[in-house]
Amino acid sequence: MHLGDLARIALTDEEIARLQGELNVIADAINKVQEVAGDDVPPTANPVPLEAYLRPDVAEAPLTQEEAVSGAPVSESGMFVAPRILGEE
Amino acid sequence: MAEKLMKYADAVKQFDPVIGLETHVELSTNTKLFCPAHVEFGGDPNTQLTPVSLGLPGSLPVLNEAAVDYAIKLGLALHCEIAEWSQFSRKNYFYPDMPRNYQISQYDKPTNGNGYLDVELDDGTIFRVPIERAHIEDDAGKNTHVGGADGRIEGADHSLVDYNRAGVPLIEIVTKPIEGVGDRGPEIAGAYMRTLRDIVRALNISHARMEQGNMRADVNVSLRRNPTDPFGTRSETKNVNSFRGIEKTIQYEIRRQAAILNDGGEVLQETRHWDEASQTTAGGRVKSDADDYRYFPDPDLVMLHITKEHIERLAAQMPEMPRERRNRLQGEWGFSDLEMRDVVNADALDLIEATVASGASAAGAKKWWLGELSREANAKGVSLEELPVTPADVAEVEKLIADGKLNDKLAKQTVSGVLAGEGTPAEVVAKHGYQVVSDDGALVAAVEEAMAANPDVVEKLKAGNMKPMGAIIGAVMKATRGQADAKAVNKIVMERLHA
Amino acid sequence: MTDELVKLSAAQMAAKIKSGEVSSRELVEAHLKVIEAAEPSIQAFLQVSADEARAQADAFDEKTAKGQTEGLPELAGVPIAIKDMIVTKGIVTTAASKILEGWVPPYDATVIEKLKAAGMPLLGKTNLDEFAQGSSTEHSAFGPTHNPWDTDRVPGGSGGGSASAVAAFEAPLALGTDTGGSIRQPGALTGTVGVKPTYGGVSRFGAIAMASSLDQIGPVSRTVLDSALLQEIIGGHDRRDSTSIPAPVRPMAAAAREGMKRDLKGMRIGLVKELGGEGFQPGVQARFNESVKLLEEMGAEIVEVSCPHFPYSLGAYYIIMPSEVSSNLARYDGMRYGLRVMPPADVPQTAANMMAYTREAGFGDEVKRRIILGTYALSAGYYDAWYGSAQKVRTLIIQDFNKAFEQADVLISPTSPSTAFKFGEKMDDPLAMYMNDIATIPANLAGTPAMSIPSGLSDDGLPAGIQFIAPQQRDEVMYKPAAALEAALNEQWGGPIWQSLKTPWLDGLNK
Repeated sequence: MHLGDLARIALTDEEIARLQGELNVIADAINKVQEVAGDDVPPTANPVPLEAYLRPDVAEAPLTQEEAVSGAPVSESGMFVAPRILGEE
Repeated sequence: MAEKLMKYADAVKQFDPVIGLETHVELSTNTKLFCPAHVEFGGDPNTQLTPVSLGLPGSLPVLNEAAVDYAIKLGLALHCEIAEWSQFSRKNYFYPDMPRNYQISQYDKPTNGNGYLDVELDDGTIFRVPIERAHIEDDAGKNTHVGGADGRIEGADHSLVDYNRAGVPLIEIVTKPIEGVGDRGPEIAGAYMRTLRDIVRALNISHARMEQGNMRADVNVSLRRNPTDPFGTRSETKNVNSFRGIEKTIQYEIRRQAAILNDGGEVLQETRHWDEASQTTAGGRVKSDADDYRYFPDPDLVMLHITKEHIERLAAQMPEMPRERRNRLQGEWGFSDLEMRDVVNADALDLIEATVASGASAAGAKKWWLGELSREANAKGVSLEELPVTPADVAEVEKLIADGKLNDKLAKQTVSGVLAGEGTPAEVVAKHGYQVVSDDGALVAAVEEAMAANPDVVEKLKAGNMKPMGAIIGAVMKATRGQADAKAVNKIVMERLHA
Repeated sequence: MTDELVKLSAAQMAAKIKSGEVSSRELVEAHLKVIEAAEPSIQAFLQVSADEARAQADAFDEKTAKGQTEGLPELAGVPIAIKDMIVTKGIVTTAASKILEGWVPPYDATVIEKLKAAGMPLLGKTNLDEFAQGSSTEHSAFGPTHNPWDTDRVPGGSGGGSASAVAAFEAPLALGTDTGGSIRQPGALTGTVGVKPTYGGVSRFGAIAMASSLDQIGPVSRTVLDSALLQEIIGGHDRRDSTSIPAPVRPMAAAAREGMKRDLKGMRIGLVKELGGEGFQPGVQARFNESVKLLEEMGAEIVEVSCPHFPYSLGAYYIIMPSEVSSNLARYDGMRYGLRVMPPADVPQTAANMMAYTREAGFGDEVKRRIILGTYALSAGYYDAWYGSAQKVRTLIIQDFNKAFEQADVLISPTSPSTAFKFGEKMDDPLAMYMNDIATIPANLAGTPAMSIPSGLSDDGLPAGIQFIAPQQRDEVMYKPAAALEAALNEQWGGPIWQSLKTPWLDGLNK
């Protein structure tokens, strides 16, 4: 399934079938939003309107290398190890 | 298998090329775009990270003020409209060097839109390149491929990821389709990139070193039969990181696409890669569903509000732009248009300016940088800036010449010594004992010896035939190991002749 | 002794610390004892950080002895439990997901820094639906939490662990996160108080993101005043969160204390027509109606308000929330932290496949469901119709609230349509599960503060909740009537609601 690829989840066939059924359940409620979303209504991204605070360009102490890789499933010489990367990815 | 190519001259006769450039410029801010991790080229892997740039759960981005200011300055230099409200969106795709698996980038509300950049071509023509936008975004980390040949991705067994670069601010400058380039597409693109580089440096917002990846471009090329036709299908050659590479990519793509179209084929919409070794572009990935980036406004960030006052404050800080500076320097230095163009094409403007500032004459500075030093750089395949000689060194050598302490030959030897890492000009001179023998005693003795050894020459000179003078000078030079000042030798001989 | 101590409110515990009757260490020990006794049947905690809690308590007691606790918040020294959706340095943080199992964060959330500065020991990390996605805590990868009122029933969700821990006296206070009702609905189902502050009122830095534009950290407690005191500690501007509001903390404890005087004259309370009636359990509606009566008796003017776009909020929520989830959860890919699962041998061993198999194995069904829904909603060609439309509905809901707040100072509704349901009852029916949040979602979409307090026991003997909603950035406005109602109900019942709670795990603790 295309969505599984986009979401990078190796869904099983059974899961795909089940998900399709379940997503239909919520579809009615979801489709309803279009009824009232007229062109004259502006969108709201953040519920509380704020302007961006701009952080001064001053450095703070970083994580140590040890802290940075401490959670890594696989690491080597202070770097994170990725399996073979295909150019087409 | 080599691709079929049409001759460039024929291709641009039969087709109208349209070019587009998307240039990424890495900003030289102190910290990252969305977190206070210090940025420095060449640090130990994964030591320039906060929870934010490592994408740890719970971490949140906060926008860097300097990055915004840098973007506005570039927008002003590119005559862009600066948006009062701009927004950051998420570009969603998975890649191991992306800590969050989305890039934060300005999408439909960029800070800078709709500008232009005038570039000067070799013959002095000014070409206006239209700018679509210049937006802010963050960079990804770096993968090192292990187990394949030459660290290439193909055949690699696994990759090591360093996220130090992740989160470094970038500005992406996107041109509108550049039309009407005719047969000068590569030249226009090259001039555009160099001008952009000069502007970025003048603004002091990026190191703008292509070889370090501070500046890289995606090159779009499409062809159509007639300028009135709709745009043809374009190819996008990714991450070209040299001016020559960009010029050659365009030339190659024009030839490749012309051959396809001429055979009645169709150009694929694909991403390609410039291969420096073979001087060709190689086919990459055809556009597909994987390019569905699912952009949406980043809910962790709020709208960026740029006030008129903010823009005015930055406008007041704008330095002189490169073209104005060039005109001013040309006047100050008294160079002809042609000389000035040579200087610019050799990327020697900054170096000559710095050399003059260190006390050298403009002509003297130019002589070194465009002469001896350019030859040296070409031979080594490096830029002038990368040579181990500074403008101050060159100015020092010039001063030694002016003071009569070095002659041309010794000066060249001194510069060679500096290039060889033997130290400053003064140190090189001291080490080798270079000095123009102008001290009368030693020189007079050498001249008298030479005259005594060549009585026939002396006779000719006395008779008014000055041609054999070289023989005397040569003998003196030999005796003084080249350290004699030829003018002084000449003077002593004349005095002796007429004594 | 333990029994009596843990049944105090947090404010009462704090008073005993202040008077020297009890130390922070004693409070920690008492709660650790309850945790040990209760956990076999309640399972509210994923991780008990006993050593850390003791060390923090000792440090606080030492400071107290030296007279260095002057100026600390009122709740200083009182222990607290933390929903495992909030990052704690050195203490395993999992979001109840296999994909983060065993992850030890190298940093503290802003709220954790504030609690530590206030000298409040961390008892441990509480259970939740995986990545806070669910309304029953059944979606935890590490097993469900049980409702102390009936251990065959769910405590609500996603913050069932924090709510149950507080209801069962395992902790006097807890932190939750609320994206669509995850603090308030469990509050209603466990007879506790749960508050979702104004969006941006409490820093989200260190709160593992579910849906960034909806998430908010908030207090869980047994009394209204305790929540007010806790919100004052964790609230306030944080420069590390771009959505944090640059304004001082509101006077919430003062408002709660004012409310305890039970005088609501001059206050207009709005009944939201669209939140109640059909679909709400009769017993829940009855307790709500009785509460309205009490509010009126205390002098409040009850007005009916209409928010015509609320029926669209569930749809908008189920576009915005999964969209943000799909992007926020993309970082769990087996590269930097957490689980890595390599593909089976017949599949190419590439980075892309590693990520896909890691995410397949590491995420539970509900999380995958939402990621896929969100991926769909954001994909090319659907953005305008779905995400774009949902953002417009958000505007309409904010406008509805603005109009309603012209007619009323504070709005009320039942918190949840039903009382606690049995395990498994709604697991196979996502829509029924989603309906749990029908009354709580509008406040998340609009960023308004809202809280749930117990309204009494429904016909089934299980707690029901009433929700108060105040205008944005005026959180204190809801604390006053909530505290007034709490006081009036306690008088009517002759004590707090938990006197009806059977607590077999506390038996024998005093020996």
